[in-house]
Amino acid sequence: MAVELDVFVGNTIIMSEEVYQLWLDGYTVNDAVKVRMDGGALDEFEANADVVQSDTMDQYRTFQMCERLLHSPTKLANQLLFQIPPHRQATLIERYYAFDDGFVREVLGKKLSKGTKKDLDDISAKTGVMLKSCRRQFDNFKRVFKVVEELKGPLVENIRQHFLLSDKLARDYAAIVFFANNRFETGKRKLQYLTFQDLAFCAGQLINNWTVGAVDNMVEDMDVDLDKEFLQELKELKVLITDKDLLDQHKSLVCTALRGKTKAFNEMEANFKNLSRGLVNIATKLTNTKDVRDFFIDLVEKFIEPCRSDRWTAADMKLYLTHYTNSAHILDTFKHQVVWDRYMGVIKSCIFKMYHD
Amino acid sequence: MPGKLKAKIVAGRHLPVMDRASDLTDAFVEVKFGNTTFKTDVFPKSLNPQWNSEWFKFEVDDEDLQDEPLQITVLDHDTYSANDAIGKVYIDIDPLLYSEAASVISGWFPIYDTIHGIRGEINVLVKVELFNDLNRFRQSSCGVKFFCTTSIPKGYRAAIVHGFVEELVVNEDPEYQWIDRIRTPRASNEARQRLIFLMSGELQRKIGLKVLEMGGNAVVGYLQCFDLEGESGLVVRAIGTACTLEKLSSGSSTHTHPNTAPASNACNSPSKDGKEPVFGEDLPSSSGPPTPFRALPTSSSSPPPFSPSKPCSRQSSSSDTDLSLTPKTGMGSGSMGKDAGPLKTLLRQQTQTALEQREFPFFTLTSFPSGFLLHVGGVVSARSVKLLDRIHNPDEPETRDAWWEEIRQEIKSHAKALGCHAVVGYSENTNICEEVCILSASGTAAILNPRYMREGCLDIAGSDHRFEDPSPSSCGFCHIPYDELNMPFPAQLTYCFHCRRQKVPDVLFTTIDLPSDAAIAGKGCFIQARLCRLKKKAQGEVNATAISNLLPFMEYELHTQLMNKLKLRSMNALFGLSIQISVGENMLLGLASATGVYLTALPAPGGIQIAGKTPGDLNNEQHIMNIQKRINDTIAKNKELYEVNPPELTEEVVGSPIPEPRHRSRLFRSHSESSDELSELDLSHGKKDAFVLEVDDTDAVEDIHSLLTDAPPPKGFHSCNTETMPGIYNWTSALQMFTSVRVLRLSNANLTNQALNKIFTDLCENLLKSFYFKLRSMVPCCLSHLNFSVAVPEEELIQVAVTAVAMTFDKDQTQEKPAEKPIMKGCSEGEEQLQFPLELCADSSSVNSQSSSRISGVPESSSLSTRAASVDYGSFADRCSTWLELLRLKAHTIRRGSVKTSRRTQSLAHSVSSLEHSSPITEGRSRLLRSSRSFGGSSVSVVKMTPLSFLPGTRIVKYLGIINMFFIRETTSLREEGGVSGFLHSFVAEVFAMVRAHVAALGGNAVVSYSMKDCVLMENPNKNQCQCLINVSGDAVIYIRETDLEAIASTVGLSSTNSDGAT
Repeated sequence: MAVELDVFVGNTIIMSEEVYQLWLDGYTVNDAVKVRMDGGALDEFEANADVVQSDTMDQYRTFQMCERLLHSPTKLANQLLFQIPPHRQATLIERYYAFDDGFVREVLGKKLSKGTKKDLDDISAKTGVMLKSCRRQFDNFKRVFKVVEELKGPLVENIRQHFLLSDKLARDYAAIVFFANNRFETGKRKLQYLTFQDLAFCAGQLINNWTVGAVDNMVEDMDVDLDKEFLQELKELKVLITDKDLLDQHKSLVCTALRGKTKAFNEMEANFKNLSRGLVNIATKLTNTKDVRDFFIDLVEKFIEPCRSDRWTAADMKLYLTHYTNSAHILDTFKHQVVWDRYMGVIKSCIFKMYHD
Repeated sequence: MPGKLKAKIVAGRHLPVMDRASDLTDAFVEVKFGNTTFKTDVFPKSLNPQWNSEWFKFEVDDEDLQDEPLQITVLDHDTYSANDAIGKVYIDIDPLLYSEAASVISGWFPIYDTIHGIRGEINVLVKVELFNDLNRFRQSSCGVKFFCTTSIPKGYRAAIVHGFVEELVVNEDPEYQWIDRIRTPRASNEARQRLIFLMSGELQRKIGLKVLEMGGNAVVGYLQCFDLEGESGLVVRAIGTACTLEKLSSGSSTHTHPNTAPASNACNSPSKDGKEPVFGEDLPSSSGPPTPFRALPTSSSSPPPFSPSKPCSRQSSSSDTDLSLTPKTGMGSGSMGKDAGPLKTLLRQQTQTALEQREFPFFTLTSFPSGFLLHVGGVVSARSVKLLDRIHNPDEPETRDAWWEEIRQEIKSHAKALGCHAVVGYSENTNICEEVCILSASGTAAILNPRYMREGCLDIAGSDHRFEDPSPSSCGFCHIPYDELNMPFPAQLTYCFHCRRQKVPDVLFTTIDLPSDAAIAGKGCFIQARLCRLKKKAQGEVNATAISNLLPFMEYELHTQLMNKLKLRSMNALFGLSIQISVGENMLLGLASATGVYLTALPAPGGIQIAGKTPGDLNNEQHIMNIQKRINDTIAKNKELYEVNPPELTEEVVGSPIPEPRHRSRLFRSHSESSDELSELDLSHGKKDAFVLEVDDTDAVEDIHSLLTDAPPPKGFHSCNTETMPGIYNWTSALQMFTSVRVLRLSNANLTNQALNKIFTDLCENLLKSFYFKLRSMVPCCLSHLNFSVAVPEEELIQVAVTAVAMTFDKDQTQEKPAEKPIMKGCSEGEEQLQFPLELCADSSSVNSQSSSRISGVPESSSLSTRAASVDYGSFADRCSTWLELLRLKAHTIRRGSVKTSRRTQSLAHSVSSLEHSSPITEGRSRLLRSSRSFGGSSVSVVKMTPLSFLPGTRIVKYLGIINMFFIRETTSLREEGGVSGFLHSFVAEVFAMVRAHVAALGGNAVVSYSMKDCVLMENPNKNQCQCLINVSGDAVIYIRETDLEAIASTVGLSSTNSDGAT
């Protein structure tokens, strides 16, 4: 005796968010049933294992049929096959496009290609995210990337409109697209301590300040590519470290301002030239794609690590960078104030975000 | 005379990719009606083509307009090879043919392919210009309205109910034609779909003609079915009730002031007549009780009751061995009925003459305008086993006609035997297995008020009709219509516990809905009897005879089960009873579903006693006592669960709630007839009417166990198979219609009847459990109109398909009886309450008031009464050795005792009910407002679907026409589509989608009286193939939420709000 067929179809879609999450997480039906039963589904409404099994199957099938529509969320609103209340539509989409920070951290900056896809089992093993879920998340990244690649206008807005995502999620996707496009290196051991949210924040900073879109908002790829002219102009900042006078002057200005305000003053004073060289070198090298990729590595190696070894607190860091940036304005021979601000603004907020254990 | 049909193809969207190279499609559209075809231009390289075509015009006869669907085919243009079909849309243009229904069909339709399912959508505009046709001999019946709803549709009044209409058309099934061997599955499926569309169009037209002949303008309770007879052909048949409906022009004024009701009911007693025919109004203050109660001089004119509790008495002339092979198992078909007693009332003669003119006084309606239904006799049913042979001449479907004719005659005679002249809640169905076909018909024998049968009946004023309508509506229908002295079968009669003037049976089974004004106690509940019987495999006549011989036993067993389960729930009446028998090659399945309820007019049911075969055996005795205890506990628990606290007076006399071993009613198993118990009982009444469950063999033990395995619904859930749940009146607007199908494969070939029964019972129970679990977020909620259908698609397969709707209700108000009821059912309880104290004698109002007294919370009195009751009963039982005596005593005590009690509680009840009117309703409304908030931002309009005839919290303002669709889906890649479950899941979802799209295109926002009539699944997993046929129907409507309505109503008239609803 076996159940040969078992379906339950409602005029309005019937789903439980719990089961949807299990489906998204890549649980098989049987595993999902186990999880539900352990979670107390049995106590409710005198359900037994068969009932939970049947309910889970029905929902899994529904989700599978919906999946095609979820690939282009705008279709979900005007398709006729399922009657889904708008708030349910929103939930379905938002959850489908949600991702595990652990997983995305692994993929961040990698090329969204078949090659990477092959590595997903490793990532799955490493992060504990089920392979099925990894695939969905990876495909989502790829799909979003492909769609927005060819669109004009602001990246976040495009993602939000085409995939009907919340602002927060759209921003995260923008970061993922941005990282993938510029292939920032994030996988090095030294960068492991950074969370996706740290990097997404930095990406947001870069998108808002360093891309073409920051100056002109009607260009293709405007939010994905860095502003080439700006990168060229960054070369001019070199004077801050090549000109000995300027460097000394800068140092003394900063030291004057910092004196007595922090315990780490001695270390700051001692390291000033090193640190300043580090930051300015990063700036001047950004015209090379290769160096763009190493941007975060460089930030960590050239600045964050030395500071950390000197046991700066976050407050020290803030204080130092603020004065470091502002003092440059007082340098009378330094003419590149605008570029400097555009550069240091981003660097400052990125380092603030990245300076933690 | 012709009409002009115009169609315009606007655009497509989400089309499938037909050209792999470009990932695009070059789509164009063919529009076909009859033999004329038009084509749009090719819209190259797009998945969202904008054709924006000209208007394609078809000049056609209105006959064709009724028969033919508009056929739209979307194709992919291919320069070098044949164009590929993407899919089709069939549009039934019938709704455009009524003057007041939809004027245009416009919207997005899913493009459907029988192999691939839905493939994109197409936007179409369709209009019809009809020229007035004065030709008397026309073949069309444009303008006759069809309703699936089995009550008078909301917003209409039935001026005349003409009666039964039926028709059938037959054809060869394209699937079985020679050409099928050379054409593709797609072509074959499409030929079949188209043919069935044509046939149902033709059928509808022919029924329409019959209605016009009768002078009617509408068919209500239209029920159309397909019989896929395989080799022998395809039968499409339909039955319905012809009516003359009048639209209620301005709703509100009609209801509040009956005098201003439509001119035709000029009557002297406006408070009654004017409103009565107005049924199905959802306005609170419409039709009141049919009449002020007048004590009728005709003492107990009523004959003995039909009591289905003794099915053994049925004169089931089971299997005629002649070729017709017709087991006549009308439940309660009796010997008598011709002379229904000496005291025939005027009413009966009148009605009889009115009805006897008709060949078949049948009504497919299940609920009626109040005052229409006078008495109910009981369920009548007939089954007949036939051998199918090829239909030789499709134009002369005489054999099938003759078969049905035969069955209907039988039903008619059964009804007569019950002293009834009409059958209500009538339905017909078939079950086919290979070449054997079981035809079944069932209904409820009844006596109707003749006023609705006659032309100009409404002019007959109140004076006359008071005679016809002698009983208060809350109990009148329970009064037996047959002759007490000449009972067709044994039954226990008591005086009605309400009016105590007429006799009532101890149990009442019906196929109709609970009349809205019936007095009940507690809530109803879903009761199901399930049965499997093995059968030897056989062919042809031998097989038919074997089946035919099994049928009566199955019906009997089902009946016994129903009865026991009813008792177990401490209830005394079944509504909406439907019994299905399904044949397979090696087994028969029987499934009886009904909604149990406690009618306060009927006596309280006795308990169930278990009796052992060998009294000496201690072990056994212990065992029996255990079972007995479990049964008693269950009964007690059920009473609490369903809140069955009948008014005190019934309990005082009739029975203790928990029966004690010595004096409880007894129930019999069929094969224990020869036992000692029986002879003892025979002494008592000479009838086999007690309720002893004898544990004499393993069968009996099984039966008792199965009796006790039925789990009650979990907390917060209720279920029923009728339109409304007895005892719940305060629906909120959330609803979820669903279809569920489950197929079980029996792996073990050597199953016994018992094991099969268990499997089948578990299947049904598990389905219910699944529903409760799935819909748990809707609690408190009620599963209404649970419609089970069973089939044996193949050897060793059992298929159960269920369609039902879950509706939420406001828990806080469930306790407070009918304050809100009128809002739902459209009958005024408020008025009733005003009238009762004035015009009814005290005792007939007693039940009414007592049921509310329970609510008002006088716990002392009720608990007192139970105690008193059991004591009383005990003493009675000691003294009375026979049932007869007991009965007499009962009757006396009721007369003496009850008046007091009722008076006592009456005033209380009234004060309570007046309170109820104010606060809880407003609370309910505000909640309704919240939950019914429609899905605002969606670009696809929401279409609600329900198998019921109403949508809670809303008013139906317009009926747009009938939806009757037939789809075939086939796959040759079953595994890839997720197996047979995945296949069916998407098909059912697609069917829903297509129904919704058609309704939305008509401008509607809901389907009411939705039903899935057929779901035929044929699988061949080895070949990776599967085919499924689904037939659905319903009424497309526009509804307005009551909250919106109130806002509008103050300024604008009802009619002008229609347009609001459409948006």
